[in-house]
This record gives sequence, C-alpha cells and structure tokens, in this order.
Amino acid sequence: MPSSPPKQAGAPSGKAEAGGSKPSTAKAVANFRKSFQPWLEPDTAPFIEFRNVTKRYGAVTAVDQLSLSIFEREFFALLGPSGCGKTTLMRMLAGFEEISSGAIYLAGEDLSGVPPYRRPVNMMFQSYALFPHMSVANNIAFGLKQEGMAKGEITDRVAAMLALVKMQDFGSRKPDQLSGGQRQRVALARSLAKQPKLLLLDEPLGALDRKLREETQFELVDLQEKLGITFMIVTHDQEEAMTVADRIAVMNAGKLVQVAPPVEMYERPTNRYVADFLGDINLIAGRVKSQSKGVVTLETPAGQRLRANDDGVDLGNGNVWFATRPEKLAISRAKPAAKLNALEGEVWDIAYLGGQTTYKVRLDSGEMVKVAVLNATIDAHDPITWEERVWLSCPTEGAFALSA
Amino acid sequence: MNRNWTAFNITSVVFGFAFLYIPILLLIIYSFNESKLVTVWAGFSTKWYAAAFANQALVDAAWVTFQVAFISASIATVLGTMAAMALVRYTRFNGRFLFSGMIYAPLVMPEVITGLSLLLLFVAIGLDRGMLTVILAHITFSMCFVAVVVQSRLSTMDASLEEAALDLGATPTRAFFSVTLPLILPAVLAGWMLAFTLSLDDLVIAQFNSGPGATTLPMKIFSQVRLGVTPEINAVCTILVAIVTTGVVIASISMKRQEIARQRAQQLAAQA
Repeated sequence: MPSSPPKQAGAPSGKAEAGGSKPSTAKAVANFRKSFQPWLEPDTAPFIEFRNVTKRYGAVTAVDQLSLSIFEREFFALLGPSGCGKTTLMRMLAGFEEISSGAIYLAGEDLSGVPPYRRPVNMMFQSYALFPHMSVANNIAFGLKQEGMAKGEITDRVAAMLALVKMQDFGSRKPDQLSGGQRQRVALARSLAKQPKLLLLDEPLGALDRKLREETQFELVDLQEKLGITFMIVTHDQEEAMTVADRIAVMNAGKLVQVAPPVEMYERPTNRYVADFLGDINLIAGRVKSQSKGVVTLETPAGQRLRANDDGVDLGNGNVWFATRPEKLAISRAKPAAKLNALEGEVWDIAYLGGQTTYKVRLDSGEMVKVAVLNATIDAHDPITWEERVWLSCPTEGAFALSA
Repeated sequence: MNRNWTAFNITSVVFGFAFLYIPILLLIIYSFNESKLVTVWAGFSTKWYAAAFANQALVDAAWVTFQVAFISASIATVLGTMAAMALVRYTRFNGRFLFSGMIYAPLVMPEVITGLSLLLLFVAIGLDRGMLTVILAHITFSMCFVAVVVQSRLSTMDASLEEAALDLGATPTRAFFSVTLPLILPAVLAGWMLAFTLSLDDLVIAQFNSGPGATTLPMKIFSQVRLGVTPEINAVCTILVAIVTTGVVIASISMKRQEIARQRAQQLAAQA
C-alpha cells in the first residue's frame, strides 16, 4: 500500500483524517467535507495556480486569460460542454500543450518549459491508453522502470497497486483480455503507481456504463481520501462532478464561469449559464422592485410580486430572472399561504420517473415551469392529473435572482 | 457478403488470375526444361539451376543485388519511419501539408525521371557511380513507400499511448522505442519487405546510377536476355519468385496469427 506523503506544515489536514475508512453516516460526510475548505483560508498557498493562462490555436482561443487556484488534497472538477477548453487546460498542466501566454505554478514552481516526463503529475487518459503489448503488471511497472527503481521494489509496488484497485489476479493479462471496467482500474493503478503529487483524470469514467460509473465515482472519492493526493478531473457529466468533487469549476468558451463547491454551485449559481448547466432551472422574467434584509422583491410583467433570496450577487440593471429549482416548488390544488411565492397554472404534462414525478405546468403568464415531487409524498388515491388547475409555491429561500 | 458463384464471376476470376500468373508459371515450368531451347519441352531437369549457380557473373550480380536491397531497405525503413512519425505526430509544423504531399510524389514519378535526376545529382557532386550510388538511389525511391505504409499504421494508433509513456516519465526517445515502435513494428517490417523487393527488382534506376563492379541481377538478366533467353535465366528468375513469395507468405501468416490472437483475447475479455 503506498503511504500518504508527509503532510506539509500549514497544509490543510481535514481530509486526511478519514484515513481510508468510509464515513459511516451522511452527517459525518457532511462534517468532514465542511472541515476541508482551504480556498476559504487566505493563508493557504495554492498547490496549483493558473495565472492568466491563454491558449490559442491559430485564430481560435481555447483558454482565455484564465486564473485559478487549486489546493493540496483537493478533489477538483472541471466541468463544461465539449469544446469549452477544459481538456486543453488539463493537458497544459500535464505538459502536452504549450501555453500561449501566462503561467502555471505547481507547488510554487513555474512549469513553463518543463516537459511532461519531468512533471510530478500523472494523468489517466480518457482512452485509458494502456500499452497493448505489455501485461497489466508491466503497464503498471512502466513508470517505475523509468525512474530506475530497483526490481524488487517495483514488484512490491505493482502488487500493492493491483491490490489497491482489486485486480490482484490479473497482473499477467494483456489489456485486450480485460473488460472495460477492469481496464479503467488498471489505468488508474498505472497513473497512481509513481505516487504523483497530482493526478489528472480526463473523463475517466466516460466509457463505463451507468451503474458501474456511479459505483466507481464513490470508489474514486474513497481512494483520493485514502491516498491524500490532489485529484483534478475533467468531465462533462454534472452528476459525476457533483459526486466526486470538493469544488467544481464550470467552464464555457475558454473562461471560468463559476468556481464553487457542489452545494453552492447548485443552490446559488451566479449566472444563468451555470444554473442551466447544473440541473434543471425554472426562470421567470422580472424587474427588481426592492432589495432589503436579504430579500429581493421582483415584479413580473404581469404585475405579480415574487420574493427571492438575496445574497449580494450583482443584479446588473435590474432586469432579472426569478430562478427556482423544480424540487423547490410545491404543487397543490389549494391556494398556498400568503407568505409564499405563488404561481397559478394548468398541468401540461406529467412524467413518472420512479422515485419522483415531474409535472410540467403552464403558468397563466405563459411560462412553462417544471415541478419535481417525490412520489412518496403524493396522495396515490387522488393524484393531480393532466389539465388540472394548480398552484405552485415556493418560500423566499427556495428561489434566487439571476441577472438577465 | 455472401454471393453465389455465377458464370460471370468464375470467368472473371479465372481470366484475371490467368492474366497475372500464366507468364510466371510458364517461366517456372521452363526453368526445369531439359532442352537448351527455351520454348521446346524436352523433359524435367534441374541442370539449369546448377548452371546458374556455376555462372560466376550471375552469382556476383545476385550478391550485389542482395547487398543493395538489404542496406537500402534498412536505411529507407529508418528514414521512412521517421518521416511518417513527423507527418502523423507533429501535426502543427509549418509546411506539413506540402511535405506530406511531397512524400507521395516519388510514388507516381516515372522511374526514368527519378533515375536521371539522381544521375545528374551524383555527377554534379562528383560521386563515382558504383554500389554506393545504387544504394542511395534505392533509398530515395523506396523511402516514400515505407513512409506511406508506416503512416497508415501510425494514424490508426491512439496518440495518447505515447503521451501516457511521456506522462509516466519516459523521455521521447524511450517512449518511441518502448511503446511506439513495438506497436508499429508490423508496419515497419512490411515497409522493409516492400523496400527490399522494390530494390531487388529495380532495373531502370539501377541502370542509370550503377557503375563498374556494381551490376545488379536485373541489370545482368536484362543484358543477357538481349543476347537471347537461356533456361539459366529462367532458373534465376524462379529463385527470385520463390524468395519474394516466401516473404509474402510469411508476412501474411504472421498477420493472420496476430489477428487470431487478438480475437481470442477479446473473447476472453468478454467472458471476464
């Protein structure tokens, strides 16, 4: 078993306390996650720092004046649609792409001009990139041989890595003789074998089927906590990013749109792009009427007043969207209490999804709004059905304002 | 696709193969002819093979040819592989488009022109014509064949394999020898075989660039044939056919074996 690298003085220590054992309750996970927030501590030196990094391919700008800090032992996710520059950003860190301008620092050292084979960074490739002419054991040993490690030591390390990914019995197989999930494990073991300070994962689970992918996401988190290595994952799958990451950076067109922990990213996206990209969002146009005591009051074109949480986000010229997630809305036949935001409309469509039901409701003002209701809370004898008149409601805390 | 044999299909196949192979078949048959007259069959004999091996000029020419073919094929393989690497992997250098177009040009260039231009070059730089100039000329024209063969293999190979090797700490040179080369080896060997056979049977370019003491087998055969075809020549040509056929058969068997091994591996993976 590879030992965790010694903790540096002043380095955040929150995550290491898990020591590999699975936190038993959701609360423990929450507390544990909460305690690891180096990005909020002004004294913590970033482990990786992108400073005004730009990458141009001819006339195309793939990464545009991007600055970003990532901290030691963080599990960081780069999320965005294909072509947003996230893979380019990762490849610049690995050394496969040169930077057009700006600089990347790793543990305080400028990486410019350092070739990929001298960077203390390893990468797990989207295609796994296992060497087809070598056995699984030789694939894992490849990086160690380049270091000039002693033979006996290599054998031990390879055995430990195979055990780490539960592939002990497959060391002599060729990659062609493995299933997709097994190849993914071997690729992971190979990229961890050199005990890098930073592991880059490029869409590591993209080739797995859904069930296996979900399982593997949790295994990745466990592994990262156990090894205490900084992980940076590139993905286009928002659920994957939210499952594994301490912080997520949403990218679009070569720029960072928002960098935040998953909960904050989902509950309080700073703009419409992020709100739309992460999960479903209902948007109703309005104008800011007043802002006080943490509440924004908006007025819709139809003259209706709506109240949303105000957490100090710049609302621009006052033309805003009233934004709320489908699961924050309640649906009822009776008119809701006066203190709630209430919207009236007609059920347009119903989708039964097993655990929950999604209603599409057409508001009287013309907007289509999605409402997600847990099936456990629905009255099975008298459910709300198609073309019924309904009220939708949500408390002030369940909504936020996005600048238009 | 499973199509039935129609009369048309059978006719095309028979005529096609007949067109290709009857001349060679005739040559092989007459190499075992007892008679000195090439076109009159007088019973089976292997005496012309003995005669061919006893003909010192022919044996010398054959030896020169094999040396030229071996050396030029080996150097052409190295250069052609390097060119293919440059064309496939370093996709962003200036003038790549021009370069990759130019590598194909010698494939379609009339041999007379290649031969003549090389001759002019050797004369201009004052290089005496001999075995060296033949070798250089053969490298020049067979290199692009190697480049094309290796290029097609490289372009289907996942570029991230090399990146993975670099990422794991291998220098570019080590990455090439421990990862890239083993994976493109079948194509490199195929390229070598192609260059070898091209050099083996080249007449035109050798004719232009050869000098005294560097007469290749095709040159020798050609000059002898002008004095009349002897069964001896038939025997030599049959040996050449045998060598080339053996090479092709070995290459295709080894490729078939690899294919079978790959399929078996995939079945194993499916069961796992």
